[in-house]
Amino acid sequence: MAKHRGRGIASINYPIGMNLGGDPSQALVHSNPSGKFTVSLSSIDLGQGMKSVTRQICAETLGVPVEDVYVDTADSDTGPHCMGSFASRGTHRVGNAVMAAAKEARGVMMEAAAEELEVNAADLETDGRGNIHVKGAPHRSISTKDVAIAAQFKQGKTISGRGIFLVPLSEVNPETGEMSPATCYAHACLVAEVEVDDETGEVAMVRMDSAYELGRALNPRLVEQQLVGGAWMGISHALFETPEPYYPDPAHGPRDFVEYLMPGPGDICPHDIAVLERPAADGPFGAKGPGEMCANPVLPAVANAIFNAVGVRMDELPITPEKVLRAIKAQGGARPQARR
Amino acid sequence: MTKTALQFRHNGRDVALFVDGGVNLLVALRELIGDMTPKFGCGQGGCGACSVLIDGELHLSCLTLAETVNGRAVETLDGLKDGPNLHPLQRAFMEQFAAQCGYCTPGMLMAAKALLDRNPSPSRAEVIEAISGNICRCTGYEPIINAVLAAASGGRARA
Repeated sequence: MAKHRGRGIASINYPIGMNLGGDPSQALVHSNPSGKFTVSLSSIDLGQGMKSVTRQICAETLGVPVEDVYVDTADSDTGPHCMGSFASRGTHRVGNAVMAAAKEARGVMMEAAAEELEVNAADLETDGRGNIHVKGAPHRSISTKDVAIAAQFKQGKTISGRGIFLVPLSEVNPETGEMSPATCYAHACLVAEVEVDDETGEVAMVRMDSAYELGRALNPRLVEQQLVGGAWMGISHALFETPEPYYPDPAHGPRDFVEYLMPGPGDICPHDIAVLERPAADGPFGAKGPGEMCANPVLPAVANAIFNAVGVRMDELPITPEKVLRAIKAQGGARPQARR
Repeated sequence: MTKTALQFRHNGRDVALFVDGGVNLLVALRELIGDMTPKFGCGQGGCGACSVLIDGELHLSCLTLAETVNGRAVETLDGLKDGPNLHPLQRAFMEQFAAQCGYCTPGMLMAAKALLDRNPSPSRAEVIEAISGNICRCTGYEPIINAVLAAASGGRARA
């Protein structure tokens, strides 16, 4: 009776978004007479940072300070349509829609500024601090606020833009079954080290090391928090959570947090993460999306680590102590594999 | 049903109200006083989202009968900040990205405050123990643990 350490590895490709009849998202951008901009979305920020990242994308495209952009995700009844915040599609799909809307709004803003400064719009540039000036002549300048006021009260223009990003439906080739379900893929590799107690069947996480390639990280701290939190979900799916035994029938399933188990703060382990940035050709500023893939590599890596530790192949989730113990007994004891 | 008169300190302010028998403190705070910072998570003491301090000690307000706080001092997240100035724990949570959806955050902050009030320099293991009754679904706990440790050491540096 002993505790055995084992190491497992898993690599994944993760498609950004989905393709079940096309995958569109829309965005609207408009300025207020204060010179501030509002991005209207139906896309939901559930803590992953959708509001922050679309705000950055809009500000960067418009050429205004990020403080001057407000993102409103209030209402899917009144906002422009979005398929939703899932499938790691938010940054890529919604970000592209916001970029398109901001580009159109920027065009109107530059035209309005050109009229005020009596120059050609093509000769103007933004300074990113809330001003528009003539290229090479920064003193010929007007604030975005004054442009917004002039557009609203003098010129009768709406500084606004519409954006949609649509990944069209990919038809399946009837001959070969071939299709292109996604336009870009993120990639990850994760090594998990576990300790398996062959007396109790318990699996404890020892450490994780991972590398994620997810296009350009538009907000590195938010990317990191997704990867850290998502890996915890991966541990939870691998070792704890289950709606069993008769899912989708809820009978005899867990009813509360005493029965629906999740790892607590004492069940986590050190996790070293490397983020590799290879900008996506069709992503907003090269971004893909660090959503669901944060959790995915953990599950197979943990299962492989358990095999490495005690020689049992676990093919049903979650890998509970009972399942591990039964598998060890069935093979007549723990059989630690070669250390790797 | 008879109502019971109840008086207690709520974040340093005296409040008086009438409660029905059997009403728990979470309902009294949210529905009768209007302090929405303690959250209803599971309603049976399994998640910690409703955590408050009663006379400085951490309690689950969903499992506390409102009548039992008569004459006592109740602190919630609403009383943590000092006017416009965030509490060091709140600042640390912000800087360490220790919240995503934010639903567990009020309970986490109160559990962390209870810890730092009795132990200003906790070890990592003590932080883990202190927040182990609070479930977080988003962060993986690591940023929360780091935030509490940062607030603890930050407090020492300022003192």
